[in-house]
Amino acid sequence: MSFAWLLRRLLLMIYTVAIVCVLVFAITQALPADAAQTLLGENASPEALAAVRTRLGLDDPVWLQFVHWVARAVSGNFGVSMRTGLPVAPEMLTALSRSLLLAAGSLALTLLVAVPMGMFAALRQGRVADTATSVIAYLGVSLPEFVTATVLALLLTDIVPWLPATGYVSPLENIGLALRHLALPVLTVSVILVAHVMRMMRSETLDVLQSDYVRAARLKGLPERTVLVRHVMGNALLPVITIVALDVGYLLGGIIVIEEIFAIPGIGRALMIAITTRDLPSIQAGAMIMATTYAITNTLADVVYALLDRRIRYD
Amino acid sequence: MTELLQRMIRKPQGVIGLTLLVALAILCLLGPWLAPYGPEKMDFLGRFRAPGWQNWLGADQFGRDVLSRLLSGARATVPMALAATLAGSAIGAVIGIGSAYLGGKSDEAIMRTNDAVMAIPGLLMALLLVSTLGNGAGNAVVAIALAFAPGMARVTRSVALAVRNQDYVKAAVARGEAAAHVIFREMLPNVMGPIIIEATIRVSFAVMLFATLSFLGLGAQPPASEWGLMVADARQYMHRAPWILIAPSAAIALSAIAFNLVGDALRDALNPRDDR
Repeated sequence: MSFAWLLRRLLLMIYTVAIVCVLVFAITQALPADAAQTLLGENASPEALAAVRTRLGLDDPVWLQFVHWVARAVSGNFGVSMRTGLPVAPEMLTALSRSLLLAAGSLALTLLVAVPMGMFAALRQGRVADTATSVIAYLGVSLPEFVTATVLALLLTDIVPWLPATGYVSPLENIGLALRHLALPVLTVSVILVAHVMRMMRSETLDVLQSDYVRAARLKGLPERTVLVRHVMGNALLPVITIVALDVGYLLGGIIVIEEIFAIPGIGRALMIAITTRDLPSIQAGAMIMATTYAITNTLADVVYALLDRRIRYD
Repeated sequence: MTELLQRMIRKPQGVIGLTLLVALAILCLLGPWLAPYGPEKMDFLGRFRAPGWQNWLGADQFGRDVLSRLLSGARATVPMALAATLAGSAIGAVIGIGSAYLGGKSDEAIMRTNDAVMAIPGLLMALLLVSTLGNGAGNAVVAIALAFAPGMARVTRSVALAVRNQDYVKAAVARGEAAAHVIFREMLPNVMGPIIIEATIRVSFAVMLFATLSFLGLGAQPPASEWGLMVADARQYMHRAPWILIAPSAAIALSAIAFNLVGDALRDALNPRDDR
């Protein structure tokens, strides 16, 4: 991994965020809502409306509004929420931290389950266990999140009644209660992700199993366990990293639904509320933060991949 | 065509997929006539009636027959997903082939921008677009189409790059044909295969995305018996009458599975070498 490659990758990330800026601004600009009217209500006098428009710069040409908006956004200022009157950015970042907690928990659980499952399926290729896991994986991919979430909620709240079906408690307040609230959403997200990751792990393991170095390791007389853990798993995991990074993007989308269903005040739910109440600054901040998070995770995944895989030369 | 079909039904997955797809097509065409009751017909004595001989899949909170709603809802769900995928694929194909046709710096610029747009998660993109366009089934279709376009552009471009270097394309360029002629008459027909495979698999995502938008209240609006909307309505009664929830969920899942399986079977049938 050369310095020039790293630099180019970073530039690409910045370009991505810039494009997202343009898109988010363009889309929200076209929203058929008059910000001044929303702020002051229906009965505002024309003078007051004009004053607010001048103050907010709504009379400026669009490109100037965009420049001002970007300048403020870069310094983390997305304006004040039209709904609550509070600054948007801190609120959205708090929401993001809750979502990241959910995402991190789900990813951890997913890897813990999907990696052994994928390897197991590959080792039993073509047998009942393999077919069964494939069918489960297929179902996982073919069910929309909201269906998986509702059905799991239906089943699990019956089986384990002490698990709260909805809500959120900060782990800083009460760690036990926080974990109990997170259990169902984390399980739901994992069920969806396991399908993706498992399929990838299975096909990668099949590839690696046929490689010369695995045969060499076996011929050396290494115990099967060592071959599987050190040679097969290590090498099969590498491409899985990329899939996991792609899944983070999917996760950010899927989390909107999951948070809505389990009533978790994360970034997805904040964005949904912003959209339904037409709260322009919140929509902009939420979309920007989500897309930027994704751009950063993608870049990180590429860098980690480059660090781990010395065979590929980036120049 | 018959040979392709024969190849597709060599594996059980292909048979299941095609069967489901044919069933789905029949539902979309004849659904309302097959339904035993009207989708809006209420029966206050039969509220939350469990599945049985009167209501095969049970009745909902207004005593409406779940099976009838499902059957009439098929055309509110599946054709929408198809339309969105078609439109998205068309836009993506034009961008992808155009980019490959232009080549060089323009190709690089278009593809980098395309990648950047792809970095916005699909559902987020669709939500943003719907928030601008307004709620409704038609707007949801437009939003899904636009959210799909960059992905399709990427797939198309990778195939189109190889086609761009073929002699017949070079000949057309040398003849001085207009860009539109080269793109639509020379290149497009030769990248159709991969586009169709990708699009078929994507219909399953479109079904899910459309149902999700409706579920969130941004797509189809009540009292439509769109499947995502039916799930949303059924949620509050899920402990009392789980069948109202399970029937539309299963319908969405089966449609998604159908397109997924058929897409996979198509890919296998067109690439005989890859047997995994």
